[in-house]
Amino acid sequence: DGAPPVSALAPRPRAGWRAGLGFVTLLSFVSRFYRLPEPPHVCWDETHFGKMGSYYINRTFFFDVHPPLGKMLIGLAGYLSGYDGTFPFQKPGDRYEQHNYMGMRGFCAFLGSCLVPFAYLTVLELSKSLPAALLTAFILIFDTGCITLSQYILLDPILMFFLMGAVLSMVKCNSCADRPFSASWWLWLSLTGVNLAGAMGVKFVGLFVVLLVGLNTIYDLWDLLGNLSLSLVSCTMELCIGPGDGFFSSAFQSQLIGNNLHNVSIPEHLAYGSVVTMKNLRMAGGYLHSHWHLYPEGVGARQQQVTAYLHKDLNNLWIIKKHDSDTADLLDSSSPVEFVRHGDVIRLEHKETSRNLHSHQHEAPLTRKHFQVTGYGINGTGDSNDFWRIEVVGRRAGKLIKVLRSKIRLTHVATGCILGSSGKTLPKWGWEQVEVTCTPYVKETPNSLWNFEDHINPKLPNISLDVLKPSFLEILLESHMVMIRGNSGLKPKDNEVTSKPWHWPINYQGLRFSGVNETDYRVYLLGNPVVWWLNLFTIGLYLLIAISTAVVLKRGVQLTSEYKGELSRVVLCGGGQVALGWLLHYLPFFMMGRVLYFHHYFPAMLFSSMLTGITWDTLLKFFSQFLSASTTARRVYGGGILALILLIMYSFYLFHPLSYGMIGPMASDPSSPMAGLQWMDSWEF
Amino acid sequence: MLGFLKKPVVVTAEINLNLVVLTVMGLMSRLWGLSYPRAVVFDEVYYGQFVSLYMKRIFFVDDSGPPLGHMLLALGGYLGGFDGNFLWNRIGAEYSTNVPVCSLRFLPALAGALCIPLAYQILVELQFSHCAALGAALLILLENSLITQSRFMLLESILIFFILLAVLSYLKFYNLQRHSSFSGRWWFWLLLTGVACSCAVGVKYMGLFTYMLLLAIAGLHFWHMLGDRNLSNVSLVCHFLARGLSLLIIPVAMYLSFFYVHLTLLYRSGPHDQIMTSAFQASLEGGLARITQGQPLEVAYGSQITLRNVLGKPMQCWLHSHTNTYPIRYENGRGSSHQQQVTCYPFKDVNNWWIVKDPGMQQLVVSNPPRPVRHGHVVQLVHGITTRYLNTHDVAAPLSPHSQEVSCYIDYNISMPAQNLWRVEIVNRESDTDVWKTILSEVRFVHVNTSAVLKLSGASLPEWGYRQLEVVGEKLSKGYHQSMVWNVEEHRYGKSQEQKEREVELHSPTRMDISKNLSFMAKFTELQWKILTLKNEDTEHKYSSSALDWITMDTNIAYWLHPTSGAQIHLLGNVCTWNSANIAAVVYTCLSLWYLIRRRRKIYDIPEDAWQLWASAGQICVGGWVVNYLPFFLMEKTLFLYHYLPALTFQILLIPIVLQHLSDHLCRSLLSKSMFSALIVAWFSSVCFAYRTFSPVTYGEPLSVAELKDLRWKDSWNILIRKQGH
Repeated sequence: DGAPPVSALAPRPRAGWRAGLGFVTLLSFVSRFYRLPEPPHVCWDETHFGKMGSYYINRTFFFDVHPPLGKMLIGLAGYLSGYDGTFPFQKPGDRYEQHNYMGMRGFCAFLGSCLVPFAYLTVLELSKSLPAALLTAFILIFDTGCITLSQYILLDPILMFFLMGAVLSMVKCNSCADRPFSASWWLWLSLTGVNLAGAMGVKFVGLFVVLLVGLNTIYDLWDLLGNLSLSLVSCTMELCIGPGDGFFSSAFQSQLIGNNLHNVSIPEHLAYGSVVTMKNLRMAGGYLHSHWHLYPEGVGARQQQVTAYLHKDLNNLWIIKKHDSDTADLLDSSSPVEFVRHGDVIRLEHKETSRNLHSHQHEAPLTRKHFQVTGYGINGTGDSNDFWRIEVVGRRAGKLIKVLRSKIRLTHVATGCILGSSGKTLPKWGWEQVEVTCTPYVKETPNSLWNFEDHINPKLPNISLDVLKPSFLEILLESHMVMIRGNSGLKPKDNEVTSKPWHWPINYQGLRFSGVNETDYRVYLLGNPVVWWLNLFTIGLYLLIAISTAVVLKRGVQLTSEYKGELSRVVLCGGGQVALGWLLHYLPFFMMGRVLYFHHYFPAMLFSSMLTGITWDTLLKFFSQFLSASTTARRVYGGGILALILLIMYSFYLFHPLSYGMIGPMASDPSSPMAGLQWMDSWEF
Repeated sequence: MLGFLKKPVVVTAEINLNLVVLTVMGLMSRLWGLSYPRAVVFDEVYYGQFVSLYMKRIFFVDDSGPPLGHMLLALGGYLGGFDGNFLWNRIGAEYSTNVPVCSLRFLPALAGALCIPLAYQILVELQFSHCAALGAALLILLENSLITQSRFMLLESILIFFILLAVLSYLKFYNLQRHSSFSGRWWFWLLLTGVACSCAVGVKYMGLFTYMLLLAIAGLHFWHMLGDRNLSNVSLVCHFLARGLSLLIIPVAMYLSFFYVHLTLLYRSGPHDQIMTSAFQASLEGGLARITQGQPLEVAYGSQITLRNVLGKPMQCWLHSHTNTYPIRYENGRGSSHQQQVTCYPFKDVNNWWIVKDPGMQQLVVSNPPRPVRHGHVVQLVHGITTRYLNTHDVAAPLSPHSQEVSCYIDYNISMPAQNLWRVEIVNRESDTDVWKTILSEVRFVHVNTSAVLKLSGASLPEWGYRQLEVVGEKLSKGYHQSMVWNVEEHRYGKSQEQKEREVELHSPTRMDISKNLSFMAKFTELQWKILTLKNEDTEHKYSSSALDWITMDTNIAYWLHPTSGAQIHLLGNVCTWNSANIAAVVYTCLSLWYLIRRRRKIYDIPEDAWQLWASAGQICVGGWVVNYLPFFLMEKTLFLYHYLPALTFQILLIPIVLQHLSDHLCRSLLSKSMFSALIVAWFSSVCFAYRTFSPVTYGEPLSVAELKDLRWKDSWNILIRKQGH
């Protein structure tokens, strides 16, 4: 089909675009940095991410489900601005007092402010229309939600920065496609890669933007393939470079994840007397764990709980013993080391509580058809229900057992069941850790397989872990599976009122960042309703326009070629890319079983705002064409855009206290400054 | 008129004997010895109980799918004169003589047999040779897993039948499209597509996948029509409307009609009543309807009522109180008000009765005429037996400390005043002056002093509260949640002012005089919603498997085992066919990619019309396999091998397509062609051999231990080998 003809009349961004860029950037920075120090206490999730930033400054080891880049950047910002990492970030509402928190908030606000110029440039590139870009920029500047989310120590501004950066560089790179291998082409291509890596390194949600860029790359390559003027060689060259982006980002990402095994060396073969941790092999499975608490009454036998716990903990340590003798002689340094072999019957003693891993024919707490697993016995003395046969999958009897590499199955000798983790979360009494059961169904699933991860035995020589490290691809797979399935620990409870994905685009319910009562300083994360409803309406409008455009083009209705090029380029190509971005950042949430929050929608909201800019610009242009006089046409077009911007600004004037803080009675009270603005009963301000 | 007098009436019949022979063979393979074994086989134990309930007209809820499949099974029972009296409790239990085994199993077997001619015709409609079509039909005929699944009272074969029927009718419709649009036959096949799709969805929700596929293909074809400049806009609109009517509106209407028949058939109350709302229960004969039938509709001041929580989780329960008080100190050291406990109690009890009282008046009887309570009115709720007032105050609830405790007020004279005013908010009101109605109104009770909402927390109280469920006042009521909504279930107008008389009145059964009937749509929405949201606890099963095991058939399911002889029935596929189908899918994908890329570079390896055939066959067969298989990777429910059978059917259809393509376009010389034919003959005999080998476990013929051991071709197969006692 070839490239659309660009006529001389097609609107090209005039010189004004630089001034516009400067203006929206300035506005954006002002709106994000205005009243940044307020409120001077910990708000919402600052308690997590601030704390983790402090950990980096103090070099404390910790474990978290998010990849580390975002928290490292927060730590770095704090460090550079003179924060010493001493503030405990215990709970929301704690006052910062003399601690310097402005560096970290400033950093996030800076990244949040960059979203506006990024979106401006992206839309400008896609639509070649200054008004569309300005409309998008104003939507983002005056959205209370975006402002609030940028003003605190959170991962979201960092994520969205990289995300928008990746989209912008992708779009720029596409527009350089007519001169491949030029300097600017290389620059934008490599920036795309860097930004994708950054997005993936902050939150797993970054995966969606990688998908977007990946799809775009495939489409481009397909296009190139059809271009017969290109030789196959140059196609292949592009093929090699294109997917490199995504690959690079994944490699970077895995490097970051792989870190927690870095620089450790442990003994290779398992021996009696060793202290070990056992990790379940299901994706995002936990460590075998026990603690002093007993199973509550009515849940099997009232013995000590055994669970799977996702984080490192002293209570994950177990001692391997022979089933018929005690440790005393094993710890004696003179006695020879005896290795554990495939098929041996062993006992596992919990190090902290000295109870043995035990199972019996009581039903398990959640999976009723399995047997309960408990900690039993005193000081390592129990009964024959503490005996487990250790087997390596796919190995013959008598072989040694390797740490990390061997897949282990533990069979309960008395009942013949197999130790496994069901993946279900226990209720409060089990501290919401994961259930561990003994399954009578003798089947090979990752649920019932384990490996030894830590291994401490002073009598054995340590070897470097690099030898044992799982292969790169395995880490890659696991890290992505973690995102897809691992968050199941965050399942909503039955009676909890949770945020549903369909709530988000209609701005149904916000999030309390700070303050509950009338006397508190309240900040409430809620999108500017006018902006959000405009976005929502525009999505439907876009769908209508896109379908009718596609049908009109397909039917071959006579249009001027100028029109045709413009419609297919802006509506179908530019708008399509943005709409695809919105879908990719929104639809997957419907399939997630985990607890969801309102702020998960903001990346999608960025795309939706860009779509709004593009759609209204096209629509107004289209209608003004019907007017005969070109001055009237221009006036209608300009007036329409201006009216939309003014509407957005007025609504921001109404709702700005949501971001910049409210004090005084709640909105339901007529004397409140927000009186009359609680348009939906579900808003709580 | 009278034309037959001038010209003789001539009937020219054209019968495809291939098709007839295939159908007969199919019927033989599926229907032969249908009543053996005369025992409950595998999931018959599950579907059988529903058949029994249909026979007895007792209402039930089955979360596994919509009702058409169950109704078809029940139709078999009805035709066989089954009275529903059989206890479906155990796989392997002998059927008693009143169970018409043969007719119960007949419909699934017939559907399974008819899949064979359908497969034949699908290939013909895809413009492949009769030889390829014959091959497809034979492969389906000799597929052991499809035979096993068809021969019992199970739903998969019916599902596959409707899926194939839908595909076939769409193809017929599409092929008629070119020369005779809007002809009678065109309409017939188009409508049949819609009907078959809705039947497939009605049997199992899995049918939705194929329906979506067909919709997508129809959309694609219509998109191509849009590009045809010879068609006028008007005729395009007509085409669009015709498709919309038959592929969207008719299926929805059919789907609704399944539920209509289902609800009409099942009018008696039964074991699953308590899942449904009070209004629904009241529409069933017996059960709640017997109690509530004819009770006064409008709640008035002085009414005696029981209040049921709408959520009904963890179990249905009614607002309850009893003379015991909250313990002064809880186990964790927190204090309570020590007032009378208010709980939610899962059983009917005289202590569930409350009286609605006007705060401004003393009397507890209904005046004449009754003064109805409306939305927004403030009331007091008096516990019938103890005459204490429902109260809540700023004391932490026993198990949910962030909420307020709810009690029946006892005045200890310790400066803790009574706060017993509640505002009635009707959630499902139509106007703000709506009257509070029995059963129909869903009501929130908002505490006037603290604006807390009466809520079931879901936690169950410790020993001091007799393990009843905790009721709290929720201060931070975020939006609507069913745990905060209550409805009046039993209701009568109070008549006795004296406490003694009133106690007698409370103990007496309610008597009624009006009945309430829900509209069909209300019933349908509720039932549909319950089916979709009802979550059975994940039950792990000995024979459950993961979707990945299916491709290679690493798993099997033992359906039945003879108690003494070694005879057993397994769901086990034809190994040869499964592997060939996999290879065919791989070959198809690789070849298509190769052609696509070459075509993009303007190199055409095969003629254009051959490419069109190849692509449209792929849309149906590979598309059908993908949509019926991949979604299982996202599902969290317990999966079994039989879930793969629809996908497998599509994959099998692909084998002859790939073979014919290879022989037509890749075997250029005569020699290679004849060698290829020889290979096909050899391969087909191995399919027959595999069928023969496994047919004893398909049909349940007795086998010796050695023979059974020989059948265990894969270590992961679970073939039951009885230990011989010597």
